[in-house]
Amino acid sequence: MEVKDQRIEIDQRITIEPTPVGQLTPIAIQAAPPARREWLTRLLRNRKALVGAVLILFFLLVALLAPLIAPNDPSDFVAAPNQAPSREYIFGTTGQGQDVFAQTVWGARISLGVGFTVGFFITIFGAIIGLTAAYFGGRVDDILSLITNVVLVIPGLPLLVTLAAFLPPGPLTILFVLSITSWAWNARVFRSQALSLREKDFVSASIVSGESSTHIIFREILPNMSSIVAAAFLGSTLYGIGAEAGLEFLGLGNVSLVSWGTILYWAGNNAGLLTGAWWTFVPAGLCIALVAFGLAMMNYAMDEITNPRLRAEKETARVLKDRSLRNARATPVVRSSAP
Amino acid sequence: MRFILRRLGFYAIAAWASLTLNFFLPHAMPGDPASAVFARFQGRMRPEELQALREAYGFSNAPLPQQYLTYLEHVLRGDFGISYSAFPSPVATVIATGLIWTVLLGGVALVLSFCLGNVLGVISAWRRGGVMDSVLPPLLLFVGSFPYFWLAMVALFFLAFQFGWFPLRHAYSDSIAPSLKLPFIGSIVSHLILPAGTILLVTIGGWMLGMRNTMIGVLAEDYITMAEAKGLSQRRVMFNYAARNALLPNITALGMSIGFILSGQILTEVVFSYPGLGYLFFKAVSNLDYPLLQGLFLMLTFGVLGANLIIDLLYIRLDPRVRAQ
Repeated sequence: MEVKDQRIEIDQRITIEPTPVGQLTPIAIQAAPPARREWLTRLLRNRKALVGAVLILFFLLVALLAPLIAPNDPSDFVAAPNQAPSREYIFGTTGQGQDVFAQTVWGARISLGVGFTVGFFITIFGAIIGLTAAYFGGRVDDILSLITNVVLVIPGLPLLVTLAAFLPPGPLTILFVLSITSWAWNARVFRSQALSLREKDFVSASIVSGESSTHIIFREILPNMSSIVAAAFLGSTLYGIGAEAGLEFLGLGNVSLVSWGTILYWAGNNAGLLTGAWWTFVPAGLCIALVAFGLAMMNYAMDEITNPRLRAEKETARVLKDRSLRNARATPVVRSSAP
Repeated sequence: MRFILRRLGFYAIAAWASLTLNFFLPHAMPGDPASAVFARFQGRMRPEELQALREAYGFSNAPLPQQYLTYLEHVLRGDFGISYSAFPSPVATVIATGLIWTVLLGGVALVLSFCLGNVLGVISAWRRGGVMDSVLPPLLLFVGSFPYFWLAMVALFFLAFQFGWFPLRHAYSDSIAPSLKLPFIGSIVSHLILPAGTILLVTIGGWMLGMRNTMIGVLAEDYITMAEAKGLSQRRVMFNYAARNALLPNITALGMSIGFILSGQILTEVVFSYPGLGYLFFKAVSNLDYPLLQGLFLMLTFGVLGANLIIDLLYIRLDPRVRAQ
């Protein structure tokens, strides 16, 4: 069922800041063009989002085309250990004489694969639990919220490490433990957003027209939170890539497979640090950082687009510059002419 | 008061959940971790020690509920069993050696990062569009996307190894006997700078952005205009009126983020061989020292729960609205 009037609200990201009282945000809300996925077109035009997307696409391509870029098996021992970057091995060789360039290229496969899959799963789990809690409310909400908060307060890495230590090492184990322990934050975000959508007329209309709960949750409420779901997916993937590298660095991955995390593990273990072989750990770390930066940029851009206050800020900065004013205290508000 | 009781109840449930998880983990997992370890240490363990370990682990023949109760009783007495890697020291003793260093490193890094980040956030919101406001956020965002431990590796490699400005490992120099004299304290500080610095660098951006964004909202409030109209000094308006209110969401976020910061700290300790709980954790993983691993998991979890409780109390102190309820 398509409902047009309600879409205006959806672009407001929930923030933890207190709502300022004397502020004219209602104007901004009315000014927002009433399209459900309007943020998507805006995203495509945002420069930050573009930088982020290019970075991520680049590394995805590298991962896909690994056999073409570095045709040899990355685990092969090809040269003397700990050789500095040269024309033949542009990133040098590891402490065991493997080609660091080939390892970095191939490593993208597991690292990105696990990262994006984890991001996907914890977004889905978070959505299921958060939306169920918000839709049913009452006792169901109490119990699910309690579970969410308990999972949230137990520190992540110690839990992950303890779980992973009892399971056979490998990417699947990492995927599994990350997915089952990290959904809580998303669940909380989705729940609070869904709580406000729950009160809308279109949800009541669906209930009255006899739609099933599953249908209402996933076909009515969820599509109206698409920008938040997308932001959660980006954030979760960001977390997944970092956590995977961290776990593998601690030696909880399958260290005979090549991924960015295991490259760093071997660099640490073969004392690449203390033999002066900086090339063994710099490329892999930079790759993780660049992917993470790309994701963070996309997320930041999403925030800028969907949060009217941040959107208005750009405009304010421009006006201030034009009139060569140094600082303005007032909080900017989007006018109807704003982009 | 009701607020405190509710929070206490919540933490009790969280503590119970982690205790229970910790108990059932070895039972639920495929394979028997104990047998692997038994095989490893067979030559060095006396039969009665083996039996004690099995019991501490819950691998006795008693029915499961009874094992569970025994386990709870042991934990309440602070008895986490015996460490395999530091055999025959009890896990509690091993943990005690690392605790002070983790608290020191984590405390210093957290306090510095929280205070500095918030002050930077206040200033950049106050001078919106200024140099600091336009340069720092994207820069810190970029730095914040590096994995903690990798940044630590780079710092260790260049600052400590190549240039030799800082010590390479451990919490204090081996050549100085622990005492309360100045050289020893100096040694602790110089060993602390790099690990604390990397944590600071990665975490400070979040506080700054959070503070900045809340502060921008608060600055639009009428009471700020009122304060300015009264002719109060800028500093007073900035800190006593605006920042004090804008701080509250960040205090809430502090509780959330303690777990995250701790996770990063574990990796940082590993890189710098800093002898805290994180390093012990790493050692326990690589030695398959399951009792130590589980003891550390409980210890770290309880630490985070305790820190959250303290933050809740702090929140009550800072926000009169919670008190009034």
